[in-house]
Amino acid sequence: MARLNINGTTREIEVDPDTPLLWVLREQAGLTGSKYGCGVAQCGACTVHIDGNPVRSCVLPVSGLTAEQKITTIEGLSKDGSHPVQQAWLKLDVPQCGYCQSGMIMAAAALLQTNPKPTDADIDAHITNICRCGTYNRVREAIKQAAAGLPAKQST
Amino acid sequence: MSITTPVSRRSFLIGSASAIGGLSLGFHVPFAGAAPAKTAQEVNAWVVVQPDDTVVIRIARSEMGQGTLTGLAQLVAEELECDWSKVTTEYPTPGQNLARNRVWGNFSTGGSRGIRESHEYVRQGGAVAREMLISAAAAQWKVPANECFAANSVITHRPSNRKVTFGKVATAAASVTPPKDVALKDPKQWKIAGKPLARLDTVDKLTGKQIYGTDLQLPGMLNATVRACPHFGGKVKSFDAAAITSRKGVRKVLQIDDATLAVVADTWWQAKTAMDALPVVWDEGPNKDMSSESIAEMLKGGLEAQDAFVQTTVGDAPGTLAKAKKTISAVYAYPYQNHATMEPMNATARYTPEKCEVWVPTQNGEASLAAAAEAAGLPVEKCEVYKLHLGGGFGRRGMQDYVRQAVLIAKQMPGTPIKMIWTREEDMLHGMYHPTTQCKLTGALDDEGNLTALHMRISGQSILAAVRPQGMQGGKDPVVFQGLNLTGDEGHLGYTVPNLLIDHAMRNPAVPPGFWRGVNLNQNAVYMECFIDELAHAAGVDPLQFRRKLMKNHPKHLAVLEAVAKGIGWETPAEKGRHRGLAQIMGFGSYVAAAAEVSVTDGQLKIHRIVAATDAGHIVNPAQVERQVEGSFVYGLSAALFGECTVQGGRMVEDNFHTYQVMKMAEMPAVETHIVPSGGFWGGVGEPTIAVAAPAVLNALFAATGKRIRTLPLKKHSLA
Ligand code: FES
Ligand code: FES
Repeated sequence: MARLNINGTTREIEVDPDTPLLWVLREQAGLTGSKYGCGVAQCGACTVHIDGNPVRSCVLPVSGLTAEQKITTIEGLSKDGSHPVQQAWLKLDVPQCGYCQSGMIMAAAALLQTNPKPTDADIDAHITNICRCGTYNRVREAIKQAAAGLPAKQST
Repeated sequence: MSITTPVSRRSFLIGSASAIGGLSLGFHVPFAGAAPAKTAQEVNAWVVVQPDDTVVIRIARSEMGQGTLTGLAQLVAEELECDWSKVTTEYPTPGQNLARNRVWGNFSTGGSRGIRESHEYVRQGGAVAREMLISAAAAQWKVPANECFAANSVITHRPSNRKVTFGKVATAAASVTPPKDVALKDPKQWKIAGKPLARLDTVDKLTGKQIYGTDLQLPGMLNATVRACPHFGGKVKSFDAAAITSRKGVRKVLQIDDATLAVVADTWWQAKTAMDALPVVWDEGPNKDMSSESIAEMLKGGLEAQDAFVQTTVGDAPGTLAKAKKTISAVYAYPYQNHATMEPMNATARYTPEKCEVWVPTQNGEASLAAAAEAAGLPVEKCEVYKLHLGGGFGRRGMQDYVRQAVLIAKQMPGTPIKMIWTREEDMLHGMYHPTTQCKLTGALDDEGNLTALHMRISGQSILAAVRPQGMQGGKDPVVFQGLNLTGDEGHLGYTVPNLLIDHAMRNPAVPPGFWRGVNLNQNAVYMECFIDELAHAAGVDPLQFRRKLMKNHPKHLAVLEAVAKGIGWETPAEKGRHRGLAQIMGFGSYVAAAAEVSVTDGQLKIHRIVAATDAGHIVNPAQVERQVEGSFVYGLSAALFGECTVQGGRMVEDNFHTYQVMKMAEMPAVETHIVPSGGFWGGVGEPTIAVAAPAVLNALFAATGKRIRTLPLKKHSLA
């Protein structure tokens, strides 16, 4: 049994305590926005926030979490896609296949939380998620636009 | 501001199923709780119109990130003259395609063919639907149809200025006899196609709502994972199911074929951990001594072999080379690589003796249907496949091994939907790998530094021999020569060489090969473009000048090369410490080139900048072309810098991203894309640019270090 605060709601979840948070989110909480890409903390597709910090949920057993810790998933980042990072992503039409994008967005949102004006080097250091389709340059641009908080230029 | 779209794709898919009477499209079961659309009218196979004027455009090809869904919809909408803001899309099913005489044509999505192969008939589909809608309005008004026109989903009777929207006449339009030949617009008149429109499939990818195969939920569904013998050609010798059957959640432990075990459990995590705990003994099979070294040795033999399949000949290359005063020779090698789509292989299947259904991210819905029918042992009419957007495809999802596995599991639990997901490790160890080849090139230079003869001997693996033997030509695999032909869309040479011989000694190791984004163009471009660079240096001529001389008769190839040379500033010196390289090739119907600017400091390569140019003839969505070109450098440079699957003990060594490294943000250079369409033809864009990524960087690296890297990946070489 685990007591978890997910996207603002505390839930009792019947699960083996060794189960990684990712699979509890996906299979018990029904939140499939966080993705499985590698299971070994390499790709970042499973990134969620725990008390605002980006965490690779595929390697975090739920036994290591308490109900006091706030878990935020892509579904809880905003109610309606209105988070500045999501908006910048929309304006620049960032996703290709999209599979890595929940994790990218969560990593970017966490970065901006602690570092509202990241440099290129900051982005390189903090956004270590894998995207096989190759959206990196758009991701970088969208992070900068979200940081600028300015109306983004039209996507072309 | 919130994200809104007229109708979300997902609610649409559900809605249209119940709406279109007997025609059951989309997902009619999986997603509970969505309100079905009231009514929707199919005007023709490509176009469905709802009373609120929403237009549903049917897309036969699969969306895997490449943007084909949006591009194809633009082409239909252009001819349909509909309001783009009211467009949504859906996938017809492969079963419906069969039942309707393949009205949607080919479902296969690969070879950058989505648009270039279907633009004609999808535009016809839109144009015919438009004419049917106009006829219906005219009949209602009792006026001649040629007095009416359609624009922005509204039909207007010119003389009286009466107007009606598509939604009002769609039902009547459906019974109009479709006109036979409808003229298509000149691309110069395009208003929707040809424009940099935003993708139709973005919104749900920003909020976690997009449902991929791995996310699917069906009532009563169980979860499975498989493990196949990691040794190519090996089998299961024994396994101890009893050791795990009492684990929590485990429902079934089974062997589905000679080589493959499966565990079915309540949750995937339970299935996966039970599988990890399952004691298995493998029979390593006949290839257990195979290694990268033994394969390299086998290919090396092919470089000098007498027998080879000849594809390209001009003049007498061997004779000229034998007599030449100055010859240059080099051997290149290209390793196995895994597609490594971000979403691991998966499929969901439900089997009963009456019906087998499969939900799957696939690049070829019809092939999935055939695989499902075969595995189920049911006639194809009793099977159906529902496609989901792919979390990456890159060629891997054109193969159907995972569909077969899901059905074989489901068959042993009739009535229960089984979602089977591979672990990343399974995905890495059971790829359909980019084939391995070596290439020996020998060129002759005359006293003026002209290339007088070239022999290019490729030795190595044929994809067709393994996956589509019916495509072979008397034992020869023509796909091996992508980019190296004298004529043709799949890649003709941009160089005129008076004496030329390109041949292939086929050597097929026991590693399953597959089509990999860019296929054989990738290594062929490395071989040709790096060797041309070698020849230029040997002749003491600037690599751009050297190419220009050989490219006089190939203006389209030359135009993209000139575009990147100009973009990178080839004629002016680079910043201190920076060095440049060029590459060009033609393939998948398009002409592409790249220029790279790099520096090497303390043995560390930094790629600062890439300039790319693409001539795909007609451009359907320049914004998406740009994204494909950028993405091509991620895929192509990942391969060049890191991509290698090592064979040891008859199996792959690399089993996850910590050993199979790929490019990340920090390595990604700035990419400047020039789209230079010359019109008059339709080329692909998802793949060709990948091929120029590696040679442009390798040539720049030579300029920087004087080191000629001929064996990939780069990570194996010291640059210090
Ligand atoms: S799935 Fe967690 S980092 Fe890859
Ligand atoms: S968008 Fe496909 S993996 Fe990133």
